[in-house]
Amino acid sequence: MTLQEMRVEEIILLSGNEAIAQGARAAGVHFAAAYPGTPSTEILENIARLPGIKSQWSPNEKVAFEVAMGASFAGARSICCMKHVGVNVAADPLMTMAYTGVKGGFMLVSADDPEMHSSQNEQDNRMYSKFAKIPMLEPADSQECYDWVEEAMLISERFDTPVLMRMTTRISHSMGTVKIREWKDIPVTGFEVDIAKYVMMPNFAKPRHQIVLKRLEALRQFSEETPLNRIEWGDKKVGVVTSGVSYQHAKEALPGASFLKLGFSYPMPLKKIAEFAGQVEQLVVVEELEPFIEEGLKVAGIQCEGKKYFPIYGELNPTLTEQGCADAGLLTPVVEEMLEAASVMPRPPVLCPGCSHRSVFYALRRMGTHVTGDIGCYTLAALPPLEAMHTCVCMGASIGVSNGIAQVNGSKRPLFAVIGDSTFLHSGITGLLDAVYNKSNVNIIILDNRITAMTGGQVHPATGRTLSGVETDQVNFIALVKALGVRHIVEFDPYDHNGVRKVLKDAAEYEGVSVLVTTRPCMLFPKKLTGEPYAIVAEECNGCGVCLKIGCPAISNSGKYTAKELAIPAIDQSLCTGCDLCSIICPVNCIYAKAELDQKEEVTS
Amino acid sequence: MSNNKTINVLIVGVGGQGVLLASQILSDVALQAGNDVKKSEVHGMSQRGGVVSSHVRFGPKVYSPLIPNGQADVILAFERAEALRWAHELKPDGNMIVNDQKLIPPIASGTQYQYPDDALDQLTDKIKSLKVLNAGQISEELGNPRLANTILLGALSLTQKFEADLWRDVIKRRVPPKTIDLNLKAFDEGRSR
Repeated sequence: MTLQEMRVEEIILLSGNEAIAQGARAAGVHFAAAYPGTPSTEILENIARLPGIKSQWSPNEKVAFEVAMGASFAGARSICCMKHVGVNVAADPLMTMAYTGVKGGFMLVSADDPEMHSSQNEQDNRMYSKFAKIPMLEPADSQECYDWVEEAMLISERFDTPVLMRMTTRISHSMGTVKIREWKDIPVTGFEVDIAKYVMMPNFAKPRHQIVLKRLEALRQFSEETPLNRIEWGDKKVGVVTSGVSYQHAKEALPGASFLKLGFSYPMPLKKIAEFAGQVEQLVVVEELEPFIEEGLKVAGIQCEGKKYFPIYGELNPTLTEQGCADAGLLTPVVEEMLEAASVMPRPPVLCPGCSHRSVFYALRRMGTHVTGDIGCYTLAALPPLEAMHTCVCMGASIGVSNGIAQVNGSKRPLFAVIGDSTFLHSGITGLLDAVYNKSNVNIIILDNRITAMTGGQVHPATGRTLSGVETDQVNFIALVKALGVRHIVEFDPYDHNGVRKVLKDAAEYEGVSVLVTTRPCMLFPKKLTGEPYAIVAEECNGCGVCLKIGCPAISNSGKYTAKELAIPAIDQSLCTGCDLCSIICPVNCIYAKAELDQKEEVTS
Repeated sequence: MSNNKTINVLIVGVGGQGVLLASQILSDVALQAGNDVKKSEVHGMSQRGGVVSSHVRFGPKVYSPLIPNGQADVILAFERAEALRWAHELKPDGNMIVNDQKLIPPIASGTQYQYPDDALDQLTDKIKSLKVLNAGQISEELGNPRLANTILLGALSLTQKFEADLWRDVIKRRVPPKTIDLNLKAFDEGRSR
């Protein structure tokens, strides 16, 4: 739906992320900053399409947070969006902005990923609200995402506090109906000097902490009164306290029960909950991941059960919720006939056909290296058949981990850290500085494809364009790493496989820090690359299977066999991009480009 | 499960096949017809050639965005093995539509896993109401290889009560303007198979 098609009062379908973006514009938000990360990415992408909000990708979440905080200090309504683990990166300014408070309304959107659909852990960021002593909203559908941006702004400005908007994958990536409101335009009031409020050195921070504690008391009172926390009376045998998407699953499992739905879930309305508890026979807490609500109630002396019946890991869904409710004796499960599940081979995500990373990982594997890895598409190289990545923890960790292994002489193999361009700019530079400063004998490969690919092709400081499409300066990786003190620096073409092997060998033999930078764009962004496909000549193939070891989705067994009954692979012409890695590594040279094949046929016929 | 008035449609396939656009069109149609609608899927890593599933639910009031286990009224599968992977999510009396396409993942070329070549036979044994069509081939016959998606939507439309014109209206708005006529033809072709 384009803007022109949207009318006030109209009901349209929006994902939670789209609803946050639209809600931000409706609430008169001036500024938004983010670093991409599933499931949060589409919030900023959608904001970028709206007039009246300035938006930007920042190099990492900490910077994004600080920039949005600055905009708030300048009296602009501001938001900052990131995935759950991004908040760890931004935690430093977050914990202290809790003390400074805001000028223009400020909202941090944390999109958590229970079940780890696209993440390295499933931490429950509701903890951050309590940790930082800031209020938290937990929308349960797209309409609430849309409406509550303005609520967040009003709460932020009224109580002088940043607000945490906590989303989860099933809120961010589910579509639901949204009723559109009129857009507000709010003036930017400008920065004003207030040293005691904005300069957090001990003598100013101490009184600010007292202000935070008083603010928390006021927020507790607000939590008791706000309609964001609502009671839906039903049968009083069962009372359910819940929040976010868990509310939806629980409504489906127990449609007749009484509900206390927490929308403003920190600080909790403990009096309201205690009164609710007093009127129902049995109180259950239905929540995803940590027992955040449950522990809060138990500390307050409110009897309830929660994690006894519902898992503390993974995502909730209607079926698990129903099972938990049945275990708690709240319903009798209906045994329904179900079709038997078949066992089907897994289909893990893979590097794209023609991906420029493939050749590097195949070479690393053949060299018998230890590879410390990082976060991005290339993490997929850890999976079979490549299995050429041996650690992956968090953004930027590849370099630090290599440094650590090198410092204790912990590897007898050549040691390589592999990191993408966007990840290097996010948190790799300081790791490299550490390697140079402490004289680590490590080799760092920057897989530079000029885009943040895994999250769907977002621009970054080495792309040469901003989020709004304006041309801008491009980071020069070679000059950058040279300035950090690296002496062995090589740019190389990842499609020249034999060249890649030489570059890696030279680096492994070099004593000290070497940095190797690839020079080819992503297959998908900014535009999908295609090329002349290759084909395997079955009659010439000896069935060795080497071409299957590069993990290319275009190559699979053809169903034909050699005389020795070895499988002959075939290349899917519609998927092959002609990168020619398989042709280079084929020991019997039976893989040809189409032009070569035509020529061959001409000669033989 | 409680709310029998909610219709559950599960659309499955492999990253890049167009599952998300298909579920978007179905959701729009259901909304236009006056329903509450929820649709849920997972973006990110899985889209790199991995398994993709989209839950579409509609009715007078929809709570959870996820279809309870085994409660899909309809499954539309863009690929054979994916049809088999998700078949147990179908109600025993539900409809399944399978695109007769085979996408073999690299993992099935090793020794540990095999592609289920008998997927269609297994589905035939399991599912009472199964429709298999080769949307890729029909698309080629129509003179444009990119119409498979709309052909499958045509087949899907037969399982729902919505007016065909409502589908046509939504398709018109969602496809590139130059391809509207071709897509409408593809939609009708899908309905006729």
